[in-house]
Amino acid sequence: MKMNFAALTAAAMMAAAPAMADLVVPNLSYRTGPYAPGGVPYADGFQDYFTLLNERDGGIGGEIVQVPECETAYNTEKGVECYEATKGNNALAFNPLSTGITYQLIPKVTSDGSTLYTPGYGRTSASNGKVFSNVFNYPANYWTAASVAINYLLAENGGDLKGKKIALVYHNSSYGKEPIRTLEELSKKHGFELIQLPVEHPGQEQKSQWLQIRREKPDNVIMYGWGVMNAVAIQEAANIRYPMDQFIGIWWSGADHDVLPAGDGANGYKSLAMHGTGMDYPVYADLKKYVADAGKGAGAGDQVGGVLYSRGMYAAMIIAEALRTAQEMAGTSQVTPAQVRDGFENLEITEERMEELGLPDFGQAFKATCEDHGGPGKARIQQWDATAKTWTLISDWIEPDMDVIQPLILEDSEAYAAENNIEQRCN
Amino acid sequence: MFYREAGDFKTTYSEDSQTFPIKFDRIRYYAVLAVAFGIIPFFINDYWANAVFVPFLIYAIAAIGLNILVGYCGQLSLGTGGFMAVGAYAVYKLMTAFPEVSIFIHVILAGGITAGVGVLFGLPSLRIKGFYLAVATLAAQFFLVWLFNKVPWFYNYSASGQISAPERDILGIVITGPDTTAAAKYLFCAVMLLLVAWLARNLTRGTIGRKWMAIRDMDIAAEIIGVNPLRAKLSAFAVSSFFIGIAGALFFAVYLGAAEVGESFGIQKSFLILFMIIIGGLGSVFGSLAGAAFLVLLPVFLKNVLVGGFGWPTDLAAHIELIIIGALIIIFLIAEPHGIAQLWRLAKEKLRLWPFPH
Repeated sequence: MKMNFAALTAAAMMAAAPAMADLVVPNLSYRTGPYAPGGVPYADGFQDYFTLLNERDGGIGGEIVQVPECETAYNTEKGVECYEATKGNNALAFNPLSTGITYQLIPKVTSDGSTLYTPGYGRTSASNGKVFSNVFNYPANYWTAASVAINYLLAENGGDLKGKKIALVYHNSSYGKEPIRTLEELSKKHGFELIQLPVEHPGQEQKSQWLQIRREKPDNVIMYGWGVMNAVAIQEAANIRYPMDQFIGIWWSGADHDVLPAGDGANGYKSLAMHGTGMDYPVYADLKKYVADAGKGAGAGDQVGGVLYSRGMYAAMIIAEALRTAQEMAGTSQVTPAQVRDGFENLEITEERMEELGLPDFGQAFKATCEDHGGPGKARIQQWDATAKTWTLISDWIEPDMDVIQPLILEDSEAYAAENNIEQRCN
Repeated sequence: MFYREAGDFKTTYSEDSQTFPIKFDRIRYYAVLAVAFGIIPFFINDYWANAVFVPFLIYAIAAIGLNILVGYCGQLSLGTGGFMAVGAYAVYKLMTAFPEVSIFIHVILAGGITAGVGVLFGLPSLRIKGFYLAVATLAAQFFLVWLFNKVPWFYNYSASGQISAPERDILGIVITGPDTTAAAKYLFCAVMLLLVAWLARNLTRGTIGRKWMAIRDMDIAAEIIGVNPLRAKLSAFAVSSFFIGIAGALFFAVYLGAAEVGESFGIQKSFLILFMIIIGGLGSVFGSLAGAAFLVLLPVFLKNVLVGGFGWPTDLAAHIELIIIGALIIIFLIAEPHGIAQLWRLAKEKLRLWPFPH
C-alpha cells in the first residue's frame, strides 16, 4: 500500500510538472467551499488573461506562461500543500487570494526567493519593502481602504465626522481584523465613534449584528466581508431597512453576486473599487476573440466582465508586467525567481501602458521602489444600480490619509522584523 | 506459521509482559522504526515533508491524545480544536518570550499548559456523561477560540490576530521558521510521535489505563471496586490534553508557521480528529495512526491522482474527492464498525492460524 502510494504520487507529480522552459505562475485558487463565489471569478480572470497573452502574443517576451492551478478551498493547510506542490517548477510569483495563506507564505517565499503578490489583501505592513523583501501588495491595501472610506465620508459630510457613529461589520479573521487599528486611529483623529461587529466564519448568521445596528443606528456602516458573508449582510441590511447609500463595503464586498440576492433592496449599496469594472475596455474584444471564442476560457466562462473577474485579470496584468520588467532588466526572456522579484520592485504602471494593454483608466498609475511595495493606495467608490444591475463609479480616485497609516505600517513591520531578526534593507 | 506465540519462549516476567509478545510483531516494529528514522530522513523533500509526513505525524499525535480520552476513558470530547489552540498559543507566547530556550522544551511546556486547561474543562465530566459531556466540551471549543480571538495579549497585539512562528532551534538545528530543512521538520515530529505513542501505549497497559477502561466500561462498578472517578477522569483529561497540546504546538510552529485561531483550530478540527479515531479504532494506538493516515494521506493522494494524473479541473477533483472519501468512510464502517484497528486485529487472528485454519 505504501509503495503504491509513493509510486502513484510520484507518477502524478511527474505528469503535472510543466516543461522547464516556460514561465510558471501558479494559480492558488479556490473553486470550492464557502468562499468559492469570490474565488471562481477571480481564478477565471487570472487564467484568461495569461491565456490571452499566450494566444495573442505568444506569451511574455516569447516565453509561454504556464498557469498550473491548485485548489486551496481558502484553507491554510491545503494552501501549504499547494505551495509546496507548485513551487518546485521554478515558480515565479504566487497570488493566493487569502490573507491566512499569505501570512503563511510570507516567510516561505522570502526564504525560497520567489515573490508573493497580494493586491488589495494580505498583510498590510508588507508594503514596507525595507522589511518584507519578497512581498508586494500594490496598488492598495486594507488600511488604505479603511482610510479611503473615511475620507469619502468626510467629503460627504462637509469635512466633519464629529459625533457620528460608524459601525464596522467584519469577518472575524485576520482579514477582517486588519482595518481595526487604522479605524481606531482615524476615529481619534476625526472624533467619530467606532462600533465593532465581528461576524464568525462563514458568515451566514448575522441576525444579532444587524439587530445591534438597528438599535445603535450608526450613521454609516463599513463592511469587511468575503464569501457568503457579503450577500447575507446586504440582505440583512435591506431587511432592517438600513439606508443602502450609507453602507460601504471594501472592494472584496462589492461584486455582483453579493448584491444580486437582495434584489431591489440592495439598490444604492456602495463599495470601494481599486480598478474599473464592466465590459467597456478594449481588452475584452481580444479576450473574446482569442480566449472565449477559441474555447480556451477558464471555468464555465460565465464570469467575464464581473468585478472579481476584472480583479483577477488586473492581478494577472500586473504580474505579467512585472515579468516583462524583469525580462528587460535581466536582458533574457528566461527569468529566474530572483530576477522576477527585482522586476516587481522596479515595476512602473503608467496610464499610457494601461491604454496600450487595452485597459485605459482601469487602475491607478504607480511606481514601486525598494522601500515602497504598497503603491499609492487610492480607491474609487462604486454604487450598485439594482434596476440596471450595474456598478457605477461615483467618485474619482480618493487618496488615503498616509499620515495616519504610515506610522502604523512602520510599527507593525518593525515588530515583525524584531520578532524574526530581519535586517532592514534599502539603506 | 511464522506469526504465532508458540516456540517463542520467555523466561522472565518483563519478557512476558512486553508490548509485542510475538516475535514477528517485534521485528516489524523495529523495521518500521528503522525506515522512519534511518531511511526516510535521507530522501524526504519539502513536498513530502510539508504535504504528507508532517501533517500525518501531527494529526497522529492529536488522535492518540483524543483516543486516550474517548477510546480508553469513554469521555466524549468535542474540544480538541480548542485544546490544540491552547497548545499553539502557549508555544507562541513561550517562543516569543524566551527566544533562547530550546523549542523542544517549549513544545513540552505548551503540552503541560494545555493539560492544565484540559483538567479545568474536564471538571464537568464528574457530573455529566456521554452526549451531555460532548456538549460541555463543545463549549470549551467555542470559548477557547473566542478567547484567542478576543484578547490581543495572546497574539502579541499583531494587527490581524495572526500568530507567526519565528525561527527557533534545538542544539543549533533549526526546527521552526522558513529555513527549516524537510528532514529536521520530519524528524522532530517523528520523535515527538514516538515519545507520545510509547507513553500512551505504556500508560494504557498499566494501572492508570486499567482504571480509565474500568470507568469507560461502567463507572459505578469501577467506583465500587475502588477506582476514584475524580482522579481517573481528570488524569485522562490531563494526559489527553497534554498530547493534544503538543500536537497543537507542532501544528502551528512546525507545520503551518502561521495560524489564526478560527480557521486553524475551529470546530471542524475537533470533528476531523474525532472521525480519525472512530475510523481508526477507539481504544487503540495503532487505530489512531491508521485513522490519521486515512484522513490526511488519502485526500492528498486523490488530489494528486485526479488533478495531476488525469488532468481534471481542480474544482471537479475537489468535489469528487469528498465523494470518494465519504463513500470510503461509510464502506469501512459498515464492513467493520470498530474501525481499521479491528480489521488489523482480525487479520492477526487469521494469521495466527494460517495456513491451517482449523
